[in-house]
Amino acid sequence: MHYVVKRICIFILTLLVISMLVFLAFQIISGDPTTNMLGTHSTPERVEALREELGLNDPVILRYFRWLGDFITGDFGTSFSYNMPVSELIAGKIGVSAALTVISFLMVLIISFPIATLLARYAHTFFDRFCMLINQLIMSMPPFFIGIIFTYVFGLILNLFTVGKFIPYSENPAGFFGFLLFPALAIALPKSAMVIKLLRGGMVREMSEDYVRTAYSRGNSRWQVLRSHVMRNTIIPVITFLAVTLVDIIAGSIIIEQVFTIPGIGRLLMACIIKRDFPVVQTIIMIIATVVITVNNIADISYKYIDPRIRFR
Amino acid sequence: MRRTPNFNLIFGCMITGLTIGAIVLGYFWTPYEPNVMSMADKNLAPCAAHWLGTDNFGRDVLSRVMEGAGTTLNIAFLAVAIGAIFGTIIGGLTGYFGGTLDEILMRINDAFTAFPSILLALVIISITGSGKNNVIIILGILFIPSFARVIRSEFAKQRNRDYVKNAQLMGVSHRRIMFVHILPNIMNVLLSSIAIGFNNAVLAEASMSYLGVGVGPTERASLGRMLLDSQAYMTTSPWMALSAGFSISIMILGFALISEGLGYRPTWRPRPKRRRKANA
Amino acid sequence: MLSIKNLEVSFNDGRENVAVRGLDLDMAEGETLGLVGESGCGKTVTALTVAGLLEKGYANIAGEVIFEGRDLLKCTVNELRLLQGKDIGVIFQEPMTSLDPLMKIGRQIEETLKLHSKFSAEERRKMALEVMKLVGLPEPEETYKKYPHQLSGGQRQRAMIAAAFITRPKLLILDEPTTALDVTIQAQILELLKRLNEKCGISLLFISHDLRVVRRVCKKVAVMYNGRIVEYGDTEEIFEHPKHEYTKQLISAVSPWRKSNVG
Repeated sequence: MHYVVKRICIFILTLLVISMLVFLAFQIISGDPTTNMLGTHSTPERVEALREELGLNDPVILRYFRWLGDFITGDFGTSFSYNMPVSELIAGKIGVSAALTVISFLMVLIISFPIATLLARYAHTFFDRFCMLINQLIMSMPPFFIGIIFTYVFGLILNLFTVGKFIPYSENPAGFFGFLLFPALAIALPKSAMVIKLLRGGMVREMSEDYVRTAYSRGNSRWQVLRSHVMRNTIIPVITFLAVTLVDIIAGSIIIEQVFTIPGIGRLLMACIIKRDFPVVQTIIMIIATVVITVNNIADISYKYIDPRIRFR
Repeated sequence: MRRTPNFNLIFGCMITGLTIGAIVLGYFWTPYEPNVMSMADKNLAPCAAHWLGTDNFGRDVLSRVMEGAGTTLNIAFLAVAIGAIFGTIIGGLTGYFGGTLDEILMRINDAFTAFPSILLALVIISITGSGKNNVIIILGILFIPSFARVIRSEFAKQRNRDYVKNAQLMGVSHRRIMFVHILPNIMNVLLSSIAIGFNNAVLAEASMSYLGVGVGPTERASLGRMLLDSQAYMTTSPWMALSAGFSISIMILGFALISEGLGYRPTWRPRPKRRRKANA
Repeated sequence: MLSIKNLEVSFNDGRENVAVRGLDLDMAEGETLGLVGESGCGKTVTALTVAGLLEKGYANIAGEVIFEGRDLLKCTVNELRLLQGKDIGVIFQEPMTSLDPLMKIGRQIEETLKLHSKFSAEERRKMALEVMKLVGLPEPEETYKKYPHQLSGGQRQRAMIAAAFITRPKLLILDEPTTALDVTIQAQILELLKRLNEKCGISLLFISHDLRVVRRVCKKVAVMYNGRIVEYGDTEEIFEHPKHEYTKQLISAVSPWRKSNVG
């Protein structure tokens, strides 16, 4: 229990450190936003007035805490280029990106576990070696390239979805998920390949352990051994990798949103980076950072609880 | 004792060899000038004159792919070099000497590696602006933590080995121990990390160029950028995007196979008194 | 009950490796037979062949292993599976690694019941607790819920014995069961095995390199050397009057004060 408390403290501390870094990067180093905001109307007096109004002349520490306070209460600032509060801007889009990420992650799980078990059962056979070669090839393809191929094959040739025409959830929930299926799959395939490699390798290694021999001596079949004993022993080290995978999926979705023109925060992020619209960029980065750190911490904590060797003494 | 041949390494070297060969060739000679536009020849499908066709500006795709692969390799190489050199130095020092500095750096390192590097790269790029050289420097710096972590743990493992203790007793200087004694012993791990780092660099550069914040359109051709430019023409002339995409994939595949092959332990089947196979 | 005729086992790992050559052995029901020899003499391989745990792809097995009238070597994998755990049980040397580290002890002990019978969960639990008491595990209710790493070495081996014994198999194969244990615990486990044999009539095939240990439990002993049985008979007989050179060496190795009687 006291481990969890310690973890939570580290978690908050890490978030604070990251917030400081983000603040430094975007508010200070990136320079004066006032000229951007005023555009062609800027005169030295107006610039100075705006600076006073925005509190840009205050000491850095004060500005940081003010920004932090605003952030925690939900005031993320105002976008330069869209001229609306950032919170409004990202409201709908976060849902879309979150859906994409979750669907993709679930796909990875659904695809990789059965295939890895199958390959472990037939390890070292021709079938296995052949599949691993294909696996390696899929792992080597950049997800956005797979995405491009998908838009071509599934979108244009097979017409399973209309390229570029995103279906919002409010309009048609089934269509929403149907549309997201393809980008999610594009991200999921290379990641599944990695998980398959790891899982299969782990299972094959576990199969030569002593307790597997004992299981056979008790009359288990090969499938039963895999299911009842080996799977559980292989999963534990895979959990950390799954956390990394989830984080990678988040990163990957940013790029995939470009490929499929999905209105999520990834596309927004890219657009604002190019436009140097810093309030938006820094908000999105902070949100992603929070999610990433949360995921990692959950993985670490669950690791300790799931492995009985660590949980008990 | 019969050993199954190291297919991974063989294929990996073959593939990488071919790619590097094509790239080196590209530096001296390409079928056509990669950046010369020719409106008369635009959007030609693959044919005898243009093995991979032409793009929407009439530029020969094969030549562009060769040059683009070269650019990507160039960037990846430099980025990995920066990351590996500085990462090894930092990792070596902290792993060997340990202490509170080691603890602190490890914590920072953990925080770093938890975060997807592409996001960090995007963040920094948004501040500094895009372009080939920026990409190299940023990626290089971003790779330092992961190299440092791996090298550090290797040095820490070796630090307690007998040959190191012997050397210390004999009065060999720390610097000499680290470079002459320990380093050769961890070469395997280092090379494997370099191969993996290479792949990550290629992927990162391609991603960033695809997003438009990597190599610019006016600079030399880049595979990621080509993917971005050709996406719109996917319906009419898919060969552009497919060539660029598969080139990236093949490069990554080659290095992945090599890194697999490096970690290869020849498997003679262990005396299988224990396991049982259902199929004889 | 068990009759091995002309067993030959070799392995394909590059070089020709013959582990067992022309081995003949018989065991009656309720018998305690020790199989002794140095490492590499083929005793473990013989045991594993009887247990059906050799990988047919790598091991070349010839001969006959007749258990209760059936030749095990001619059985299919599925037929063998019906016997394993139910009629033939195996106890391995290293109890720490031989138990699934992530499964509770109670469940592991019940595993053979689950595989080979149709008892309900409640019934299985009762039978598990009962057999745990029988083998001398302290506080069975508590121990049932524990994981292997929470038990001591001796307790783990008792748990292994419980797991193998719960189905009252006809034959129990023990591969160096006490080698990894402390001497005091060794004695307790050996006593336990003897008791199980005497009270329940379960046959023991006891593999060991240590003659003293075999002497305590087994009434008959077979000495193996280089893949063959070189001597066979009642344990006491062999100890008093060893006939083969190798046997004499083995005995003199463990009981130095007998040197004068030997050779």
